[in-house]
Amino acid sequence: MFDWLQYIADWFVYDILGLSIKSHLAAALNFFIYDSVKILLLLFFIIFLMGIINSYFPIDRVRNYLSRKKLYGLEYLTASLFGVVTPFCSCSSVPLFIGFVRGGIPLGVTFSFLVTSPLVNEVAIGLFLGLFGIKVTLIYVVSGILLGTVSGVIMQKLNLNYLLTDWTKEILNQSQREVGSFVDKQSFSSRLPSIWQDAINIIKGVLPYVIIGIAIGGLMHGYIPEGFFEEYIGKDNPFAVPIAVILAVPMYSNASGILPIVQVLVAKGIPIGTAIAFMMAVVGLSFPEAMLLKKVMTVKLIGIFFGVVSLCIIISGYIFNWIL
Amino acid sequence: MEIKILGTGCPNCLTLEKRVRKVVAQNEIQADVTKVDDIVDIMSYDIMSTPGLVIDEKVVSKGRIPSEDEIKEFLTN
Repeated sequence: MFDWLQYIADWFVYDILGLSIKSHLAAALNFFIYDSVKILLLLFFIIFLMGIINSYFPIDRVRNYLSRKKLYGLEYLTASLFGVVTPFCSCSSVPLFIGFVRGGIPLGVTFSFLVTSPLVNEVAIGLFLGLFGIKVTLIYVVSGILLGTVSGVIMQKLNLNYLLTDWTKEILNQSQREVGSFVDKQSFSSRLPSIWQDAINIIKGVLPYVIIGIAIGGLMHGYIPEGFFEEYIGKDNPFAVPIAVILAVPMYSNASGILPIVQVLVAKGIPIGTAIAFMMAVVGLSFPEAMLLKKVMTVKLIGIFFGVVSLCIIISGYIFNWIL
Repeated sequence: MEIKILGTGCPNCLTLEKRVRKVVAQNEIQADVTKVDDIVDIMSYDIMSTPGLVIDEKVVSKGRIPSEDEIKEFLTN
């Protein structure tokens, strides 16, 4: 699909710049040009596509659906699926949380949404597709959805309502089923330009991180020997997955820069399961989000929430390493 | 006219605030533009995604940044 791009990269590096095919610099530069253009194209495509899908599932409709329909246990999975198509912005997590709880949606179901929405987002999917191909992307997306579902069920079983802040409890007591009289209605043709514009804005925002990440990855690709990491962080090292996950939680803001580097680490021998677990923790859990959630949850509840999700990610990491 | 921008301070909310102020100035509309950052106040408008745009206590858009033309339409109607 991207052969044409490889031709352009080859032509530019070997013919225009006249670098030797054997030099490290040429290999690194070629890798950089090919990868960055390919990833940005895929990223744009996915963000635009998700924007279109999302315009059919506005958040108010999602809430009304979840609070009205009896889903007999499938509500966790449904919330998780809605999380995939809803673009996530950490500054919306509190309004979203309150909005769900106010609509009478159980805490666990709200958590399912809150886990999957950042974890399986359009930027992560685009980067995964560009860096790891379709198979790994599907594994990431499907396991992300299941992870959100399972975490939500666990959170519900733990019965943690008493750990919400007083403000949230007050809102919970006044919870009502019919809320949100205002619906932001726009026709599809009038939405399309803004979806396009949003996609451009998102790309602009992540562009520096992606480029720097790919540049560092390109350098490492050219200079680190094949299989370099296998000795140290092989599949049989039982501590690799938990350590990777714990390291990843504080790294949120640079997720789009970290993924290209991880791809090179995988190429050089780090097991893919450990890498996926690491990236799930980078993308799905973040300190800024935890700070914002303090308004609605006590620190203890945030701790339990992050603990449950981390544990689920670690377990999935072991499963990936075992089956892949 | 009273215009409120609801948002906790994310880049999108700041963009919306700038855009609204620009439209107000360009069209010489008599309006007070205020930014509402407090989450308790924001939630009283029952929105689930920021930024929100409120004109005379009525929510006109949420979770997106309307274009300048659209904002002008909100303000002149």
